[in-house]
Amino acid sequence: MSQTIVQKILAKASGRQSVEPGEVLEPKVSLAMSHENAALVLNQFQEIYKDLDCPAKVWNPSKIAIIFDHRVPAESKKTATNQKKVRNFINEQGITKFHDIRGDEGGICHQILPESGYVLPGSLIVGTDSHTTTHGALGAFSFGIGATEMASVWALGNILNVEVPATIKVVINGELPKYVTPKDIILHLIGKISAEGANFKVLEFHGTTIQNMPTSGRLTICNMAVEAGATSGIVPPDAETVRYLREEAGFTGEIELLQPDKDAQYDTIVEIDATKLEPQIACPHTVDNVKPVSEVEGIKIHQVVIGSCTNGRLDDIAQAADILRGKKVDKSVRMLVFPASSRIYTQAVEAGYVTDLMKAGAVVMNSGCGPCLGVHQGALGDGETALATTNRNFKGRMGNPVSDVYLASPVVAAYSALFGVISNPLKGGK
Amino acid sequence: MAKVIYKVGDDISTDIIYPGRYMATVLPTETPQFAFDDIEELNSSLNSKPKDESAVLIGGRNFGCGSSREQAASTLKGHNLTIVAKDFARIFLQNSINLGLNTIICPTIEADQGDELEILPGKVINKTKGKSFDTIPLPAARKAIVDAGGLIPYTQKLLKERT
Repeated sequence: MSQTIVQKILAKASGRQSVEPGEVLEPKVSLAMSHENAALVLNQFQEIYKDLDCPAKVWNPSKIAIIFDHRVPAESKKTATNQKKVRNFINEQGITKFHDIRGDEGGICHQILPESGYVLPGSLIVGTDSHTTTHGALGAFSFGIGATEMASVWALGNILNVEVPATIKVVINGELPKYVTPKDIILHLIGKISAEGANFKVLEFHGTTIQNMPTSGRLTICNMAVEAGATSGIVPPDAETVRYLREEAGFTGEIELLQPDKDAQYDTIVEIDATKLEPQIACPHTVDNVKPVSEVEGIKIHQVVIGSCTNGRLDDIAQAADILRGKKVDKSVRMLVFPASSRIYTQAVEAGYVTDLMKAGAVVMNSGCGPCLGVHQGALGDGETALATTNRNFKGRMGNPVSDVYLASPVVAAYSALFGVISNPLKGGK
Repeated sequence: MAKVIYKVGDDISTDIIYPGRYMATVLPTETPQFAFDDIEELNSSLNSKPKDESAVLIGGRNFGCGSSREQAASTLKGHNLTIVAKDFARIFLQNSINLGLNTIICPTIEADQGDELEILPGKVINKTKGKSFDTIPLPAARKAIVDAGGLIPYTQKLLKERT
């Protein structure tokens, strides 16, 4: 039977030849990722074992990854105590893939996993974070789950009740115009199919634009697949995937490039002509409220945020630095930059980008989730507006229910910071 | 029979259900106080309602979209709510099933604050409006978790079978 890439991964993880959409499976998990919410996971894990005779040991400590990124350094005694409990648990259980707040190996979970070589094509990854969809960029089937579900995975090594999803094939062809980035592609797609257009389905990305795109951009696109409701986004792995794993992630083991069958059955096919795109903006308060930047120019902004698991990679920071070099962020704007990992931060220092950004007036913060979800730093005041390269603009998202968040690429965000209003880089002015 | 305590619109995100600023609070015993903290009227009617008294929250399409935070399900379960929505986002629905929060998928539901509803297998009857609406049953595999009393007892059962 011909199958999509996700069908093949689920079949392999379930010891089957093939599987069909709608079937319910209990596949084996290759990697189980959590961040600070491991505190809740371990509470639920202990609940599972409370009345049982067997010892509370995780199924395989080498397959669990825990990365502190949501509130680093801890903003409160509650968080600090939760983090302490998780560190103790990590030591007790012998969990090795642990990334604490550190300048050498810390960062945001969705950057740490790929850059550490933890994500392999054909693997099945679950994470207690909805943006776990990111790792489909390397050809893994990777999706977000809740804390109790993760506790069950820690105990069993299987994820229960996975319904084989149908797949939407997204074909993106053509060369991206100047100032148009992978972020604009995914915002455009979400606007086109809606915030629930891919609910319970997978988005499988094809076409020459994707084939010619570095892994960095693929990570941005798969990161936001969940904003269309998708269980996961996935890019068929190719030579670029191998290059990334060898050169950037330092992975030396065997790599299997699992591909979808040519005649695989798709739910629907969506086509996008990349050559016709202009920079896109998601307007408040839903991610599918997407307009071309030319329709929202001139809106006053008080804060610009560049970074996050969506757009905090070296090429994102380089784009911002190129725009701001030798110029000044408007005095009415606070500009915050959050590199996606300490490694990227160091690379940005070495390339001179951090100096460029700071001289322009931006503040380069430590790597973390920061203001994206309003849990730590960078909250907005009443009636204020932010332009961010993050992934959500829901009401209250940046810490204040009476504020607005617009989402855009690093190019549009950095360019707009110069003027204090949403600005169109295509026009070369306000 | 249960009364509709409040009605919300489409695309209600987990940021609205349980704001990010409370995410350091994780225990199901502590999360209920922060439910819908940014919708003051709803938060105060939930916190003033006796905890054991059941009530219905009416949602639109894509209820529970966004973050995977499980607090969004535990905070509503703590208020003994049943959520009747046109449809749900995937992770929220799964979290609800895992924790035993009652979620009813009812694509055509019509109900307003104060209406009396009767929730039966396969349908919701709005006694106030005198109308009946069909519901979509959970897939069999998810029903197995509900029948076991949630994912923790279900996982315990599987662990016992393995040893």
